[in-house]
Amino acid sequence: MTATVPARVPVDKKTKKQLARGEGAGTRTKKRLTSRGATIAALVIAVLWTTPTFGLFISSIRPPEQILRNGWWTIFQNPGFTLNNYTEVLAAGNSTLNLAGAFINSIAITLPATIFPLVIASLAAYAFAWIKFPGRNWMFIGVFALQIVPLQMALVPLLSLFSRGLSIGDVELFSSLNASNSYSQVWIAHTIFALPLAIFLLHNFVAEIPGELIEAARVDGAGHGQIFFRIVLPLTMPAIASFAIFQFLWVWNDLLVALVFADGRVAPMTKLLAEITGSRGQDWNLLTAGAFISILVPLIVFFALQRYFVRGLLAGSTKG
Amino acid sequence: MSAFLAWVSTLPALAQIPLVLLAFFAVIALLIFFLEVAPRSGRKFTIIRAVACVLIPGLVFLALGSVLWAAAAATVFGALFFYLDYRSKQGAGYLFQLVGFLSPAIFLLAIGLIYPTIQTTIQAFMNSRGTRFVGLENFIWIFTQDTGIRTVANTFVWVLIVPAVSTIFGLAYAVFIDKSRGEKVFKLLVFMPMAISFVGASIIWRFVYAVRPAGQEQIGLLNQIVVWLGGEPVSWLSNSPWNTFFLIVVLIWIQTGFAMVILSAAIKGVPAEQLEAAELDGTNAWQRFMNVTVPGIRSSLVVVLTTISIASLKVFDIVRTMTAGANETSVIANEMYSQWQGFEVGRSAAFAVVLFLMVLPIVIYNARQIQKQREIR
Repeated sequence: MTATVPARVPVDKKTKKQLARGEGAGTRTKKRLTSRGATIAALVIAVLWTTPTFGLFISSIRPPEQILRNGWWTIFQNPGFTLNNYTEVLAAGNSTLNLAGAFINSIAITLPATIFPLVIASLAAYAFAWIKFPGRNWMFIGVFALQIVPLQMALVPLLSLFSRGLSIGDVELFSSLNASNSYSQVWIAHTIFALPLAIFLLHNFVAEIPGELIEAARVDGAGHGQIFFRIVLPLTMPAIASFAIFQFLWVWNDLLVALVFADGRVAPMTKLLAEITGSRGQDWNLLTAGAFISILVPLIVFFALQRYFVRGLLAGSTKG
Repeated sequence: MSAFLAWVSTLPALAQIPLVLLAFFAVIALLIFFLEVAPRSGRKFTIIRAVACVLIPGLVFLALGSVLWAAAAATVFGALFFYLDYRSKQGAGYLFQLVGFLSPAIFLLAIGLIYPTIQTTIQAFMNSRGTRFVGLENFIWIFTQDTGIRTVANTFVWVLIVPAVSTIFGLAYAVFIDKSRGEKVFKLLVFMPMAISFVGASIIWRFVYAVRPAGQEQIGLLNQIVVWLGGEPVSWLSNSPWNTFFLIVVLIWIQTGFAMVILSAAIKGVPAEQLEAAELDGTNAWQRFMNVTVPGIRSSLVVVLTTISIASLKVFDIVRTMTAGANETSVIANEMYSQWQGFEVGRSAAFAVVLFLMVLPIVIYNARQIQKQREIR
């Protein structure tokens, strides 16, 4: 499966190494493109973007009374350090659940809700890209257009579908899912809401696989199933991984879907945090520590998958 | 299926994940197997296809908890489908493959997005209880009172500012740090807000905007800077119309990372040969950027602008948690939720339809774009 690079044959040893590291251009252009002004501008943006979060982090390890007395930038004049905010917020919550349990819930919700839509969307993306059928363009555009349906519009009808099933007149066509207090509703809901964007983005990558490659496989006797599983899937894996990161972040950070579909003991962390914000909105020590715990996992995921991330987007954008 | 899900939900949370994923992958593997063997000719494969056509619809209906006769009807339709497929112009098995690839996505979209959208659109023309047809009354209500107009105008402001500013910042930053030392660290710093939930971001920025009366020590960074510069502390979130801009800053802060990461990858995809050729022709960095890089990343730019535009049209969490729409900061999504909570279902649905209409131009533009791309191929 070396088909992603043939555009860049003749490769000498040095370029090969750079390709392996995911660097596009040679080092020669490197120096000329980076000017001092650009570096300063980049630094300013980086500082501006980081400061609010940094302030949150500093505040989260300061004693509560100090947070309320003076700003976090005075930490050197008013030193103080504590981890109590974290232990306190992990035990905080409501009668059925504390934040530590909600953390587990967030994981249990997020992993399947990231994988389901990706698999289903890549199947559909393949069909839209490589199976010709009448009305294909219009159908694809229709799927893309579904992105605009505001979540709020879909939540309530979907909830009633889950809890009451579907009946036409007096005849019950489907029984209810009967799944309150389980994760299945949230999984399905997230899967559905992710599909339009996932299909749209993955289609862009799948469609850019060289047609000769697919044709060659077909000549060799592979059906759509094999082409999908043995050619398209491996080649788009980087793109899938990069979309998986986004989907992971969206699900992990979602509040609205969780408010409707995950109640009681299956609630994720965002919901509990919002609850704490509502009931203890001036306890900045709890809010800052809780917010920080919630951003820890996404950051780790981003770190771990960063390589795929950049490569995946690279593979899809070579045609510009 | 509902029994299976009910049983799974009794297990500890972390044990549920592998089990459900395993079941899911088993189904998908079976599907791919059928898709592979479908178009092959020969009696054996025809029989496999026929069995699949007849059995699968019925089993799916039963698994979803359907009544018996509906499952039977599905089986009959499956048999009919097999016949259609068998007689298909593109050869037997063609329709079977098409449906196999598309049906999971289409089915989910139909129940989760299309059906609810139709229902909401109908409700937009009904009264608050959804019992009587009222024509355009709900829309007239939105556009004849100050808050309604303000809400729509605010949404326009959001969708004009957020995509433009975040894309410009993201693109500039991506170019500045491209191939510089410590690129990964730089990227991570700006991408970090993407990883923060809107709820978390709202907490962070409420903290930045926090205000204390003049004379007291400030705990909000922005007011502290104002005081250092010799000004009076300002209540950022209560003075219209500028408070909307302070909310917009939060979304820009989040979305710039998204734009930066995508555009950075696209920039790396621009062939080095083109850049070098332009350099040999004696162009300066700015000309190279405008004439080589930007056309090269055009399709990525469109994707970024579209995604951020849609995100800013739908913005809800930020407004809800920071001001709840007070002081003339409300946007359509927030107003929709408020009306729905107040049992004004018709008005809420009307807001949703207005939102839908606002996104239509973006979608039409993108649709044309897609069609152009497809013609090239």
